[in-house]
Amino acid sequence: MRISGINLRSRNIGLDMSKKPSRRVDRVVIRFAGDSGDGMQLTGDRFTSQTASLGNDISTLPNFPAEIRAPQGTLPGVSSFQLNFADHDVMTPGDAPDVLVAMNPAALMANIADLPRGGTIIANTDEFTKRNLAKVGYAASPLDDGSLDSWHLHALGLTSMTVAALADFGLSRKEKERAKNMLALGLLSWLYSRPLDSTEAFLRAKFAKKPEILEANLTALRAGHAYGETTEDFAVRFEVAPAPMKSGTYRTVTGSQAMALGLVSAAHRSGLPLVLGSYPITPASDILHTLSALKHFNITTMQAEDEIGAVGMALGAAYGGALGVTTTSGPGLALKAETIGLAVSTELPLVVIDVQRGGPSTGLPTKTEQSDLLQALYGRNGESPVAVVAAKSPTDCFDAAMEAVRIATTYRTPVIVLSDGYLANGSEPWPVPNVEDLPQLEVEFATQPNATKDDGTPIFHPFLRDPETLARPWAIPGTAGLEHRIGGIEKADVTGHISYDPDNHDKMVRLRAAKIEKIADTIGDLEVDDPSGEASVLVLGWGSTYGPISAAARLVRAAGTQVAQAHLRHLNPFPGNLGEVLRHYDRVVVPEMNLGQLALLLRGRYLVDIHSHTAVRGLPFTSLELAEVLHKQAIIAQELIR
Amino acid sequence: MNSTTTSFGMPATGTSGVPPSDPDAQPQTKKDFTSDQEVRWCPGCGDYAVLAAVQGFLPDLGLRRENIVFVSGIGCSSRFPYYLDTYGVHSIHGRAPAIATGLATARGDLSVWVVTGDGDALSIGGNHLIHAIRRNVNMTILLFNNKIYGLTKGQYSPTSEMGTVTKSTPVGSVDRPFNPVSLALGAEATFVARTMDSDRSHLIDVLSAAAAHRGTALVEIYQNCPIFNDGAFQLIKDRDHGKARLAYLRDGEPIRVGEDQVVVRDGSAMAVVPESEVGDRHVVAHDVAADDPTQAFALSRLDDPTMAHVPMGIFRQVERPTYDDQVRAQVDGARASAGGATSDADLQDLLIGKDTWTIQE
Repeated sequence: MRISGINLRSRNIGLDMSKKPSRRVDRVVIRFAGDSGDGMQLTGDRFTSQTASLGNDISTLPNFPAEIRAPQGTLPGVSSFQLNFADHDVMTPGDAPDVLVAMNPAALMANIADLPRGGTIIANTDEFTKRNLAKVGYAASPLDDGSLDSWHLHALGLTSMTVAALADFGLSRKEKERAKNMLALGLLSWLYSRPLDSTEAFLRAKFAKKPEILEANLTALRAGHAYGETTEDFAVRFEVAPAPMKSGTYRTVTGSQAMALGLVSAAHRSGLPLVLGSYPITPASDILHTLSALKHFNITTMQAEDEIGAVGMALGAAYGGALGVTTTSGPGLALKAETIGLAVSTELPLVVIDVQRGGPSTGLPTKTEQSDLLQALYGRNGESPVAVVAAKSPTDCFDAAMEAVRIATTYRTPVIVLSDGYLANGSEPWPVPNVEDLPQLEVEFATQPNATKDDGTPIFHPFLRDPETLARPWAIPGTAGLEHRIGGIEKADVTGHISYDPDNHDKMVRLRAAKIEKIADTIGDLEVDDPSGEASVLVLGWGSTYGPISAAARLVRAAGTQVAQAHLRHLNPFPGNLGEVLRHYDRVVVPEMNLGQLALLLRGRYLVDIHSHTAVRGLPFTSLELAEVLHKQAIIAQELIR
Repeated sequence: MNSTTTSFGMPATGTSGVPPSDPDAQPQTKKDFTSDQEVRWCPGCGDYAVLAAVQGFLPDLGLRRENIVFVSGIGCSSRFPYYLDTYGVHSIHGRAPAIATGLATARGDLSVWVVTGDGDALSIGGNHLIHAIRRNVNMTILLFNNKIYGLTKGQYSPTSEMGTVTKSTPVGSVDRPFNPVSLALGAEATFVARTMDSDRSHLIDVLSAAAAHRGTALVEIYQNCPIFNDGAFQLIKDRDHGKARLAYLRDGEPIRVGEDQVVVRDGSAMAVVPESEVGDRHVVAHDVAADDPTQAFALSRLDDPTMAHVPMGIFRQVERPTYDDQVRAQVDGARASAGGATSDADLQDLLIGKDTWTIQE
């Protein structure tokens, strides 16, 4: 396998010249941790980009507080970014870090429990002042009192080294200190043999209009790299060989970027203008930001007065023949419920993206959770079925968005796409698809009357359905002869006139439900990964648990225990063979970051026993935790057989 | 209507961009705009008169019928779209301005109308209303004000006078009502007018001006509810004495209340005095196009529960860029600089992005 690319032209800079020995490792998990103002997310992003360009597989986990700047140096203000990179495919951001970069005492205290003994700590001694230690309750500095003896500690004056490196710059001390994250990045880049050029290019673009700040950042970055090479503190550097990946062009994307690109692609392939109505909400706002910059793709973004206004705008645009989209998180989905119900009743296409976060209420705005599944399926008045799809990884958000648009436009229905905070902010390498390989989405508007009156004159029935899909015609204003009225009041079958007739209501409720069930005809069967074909335990997941579940399945299989794995893209309707799959196994394990919402649905619908494994800690599952669950269930299954 | 351009470079009239009706076809009539649905308001409801006026007035717009859309919320008045043979959406409570904003922005070739009531627009939908007005979306909002909740059978509304006794306020309401005109002016509406269900010619004049206005036109229509608030506007509808209470606004002219009173400045507010007692006080001339809404606002405050002097007509009509024109201009501008419609190659470039690597097996 060969790797080439624009970022790699000079990837050996520093590497070939190094006098120090390097050691090859197969995977590394690094966690950058510091104060919210220390630039840890940026540092992590840059390290990710440098690493991706080397061809490693990567998975990342940003973790930051909801406060923009919590009091400096305190535990609530700690922001971290973890990335796992390897010479093989990685499924998760890593259960535990190998290396912890702690920019201050709070960052050390908040993260040390996650760092296995024997791991490496790089701590910024300059911030371990009496005052900062006292802020988090350290009586003495842990860097000096021997409490970190079980770890490899590198206590370095990252701030003072930065200031010294920038001695000749006419910047204030504060401005100089701000470049310390670049010094740390330079050092870690040296330690793990990462090329600096993509970060240099990034800095040049970011600070194009501030030449002195640019030079300061470049100098700090290179100083960190040079420090690694010269200091005796680090005897060896590490290398992680590229992971075997399929040939193609790659980039890294976050889930939010992939979601936005999926929507743009779907709009392009369907020929529809995209209209996004959105109200800013964490962690969904990035989709709004991304689409707002893509107006040349015939994309209109409207920042609404509130969540209800946002979905109203999207629905109004959909009525006018656009691809109407709204993006939100759990609290916003609650507010949009009534309008989604109107879209169910008027049978208009609408895409609703819910980037889930910890709940209830405001909950944990920056942390991840899967607790909106039941809200998505049932959080509206009346019998109000909608299609629900979920993304399983950051890159999969692209495909989930395209699938949602396909369903919405084909079946004239709202579709809720479930993402979550982990997927939205996490990133991974993405083999960029060829546009011509993307699904072609055919959309046809009604153009002429579809029935005749008794006297032979043509007439338009807005609720005369396509027998195949049960979808009603999408007749948009401006189409002569199809003038009609729709609304939230129950409509008579076929004609769409207001109807309070009991039998008609019963029929319409069942028709709307049947239409959603019809979608199952086009989604294919659920595929099960059961390499030995002898597993008695099935682990079934949905959404962002895919990574940890897959890693866990790999772990238990490596230990000689057979498990089967399947993952649901479609939560409504379910794939047609799901009941059969569930009944095929002695034990079914469903891990979820909620209190068992999918398990409830499966038990109710298929009358099967489910072992529900749940956690709502605001963080993804670790693969080790799930591996233990699977192992235990496999043993129970064996005992049952005996 | 002519399609001229304003100093903002935006289309000048409310219906610019909407295709005109076929000049070779039979002229449109009221019948063309009347749907086959049976009208189901209570006998004597003021809504009938407004419906008849609108059905009669729509042919005058000279637009293709299929390019007219009525969007409503919930309430008695919100049944309006069913009775017009145009496109129509009977939506949910309070949300019509938001839905209409999405539609008007996505489709510059439509004439968009919102039909709403005092409860729908000012209570549950207050937020959408003020933001539609603030944005100046090109649409005409007909706010039927009967000062009561009709469809839910007679509770007080946000325009009911203090002390209104209803099923939900058996000893009288205690909250101050909104004055819809003041509220709209507070949101810097570019067109605000008031008219009355029973005054057909005034209603049609105001609707014509509202339809011609580019931007959000808010028209408050005093409308009688014969069942739950009968006679709410009797003081000004009274054949013998009503006119004495009305101030018909005419641009550039002194504002007269009835035959013999005029509006004068009174500090920062306005007062009504008999013409014979004006003396050296400053008689207010109506300035409908004043950039600053202060005078229009002061005028709106003349109206009080006694209905001693109620301004009728257009309070304010100014040219401002509209939200939907500007949003479309941004998208059109971006598309033009990108060389028109995006191709598969453009999408491929976007997907590839700026930071890629290639792996060859």
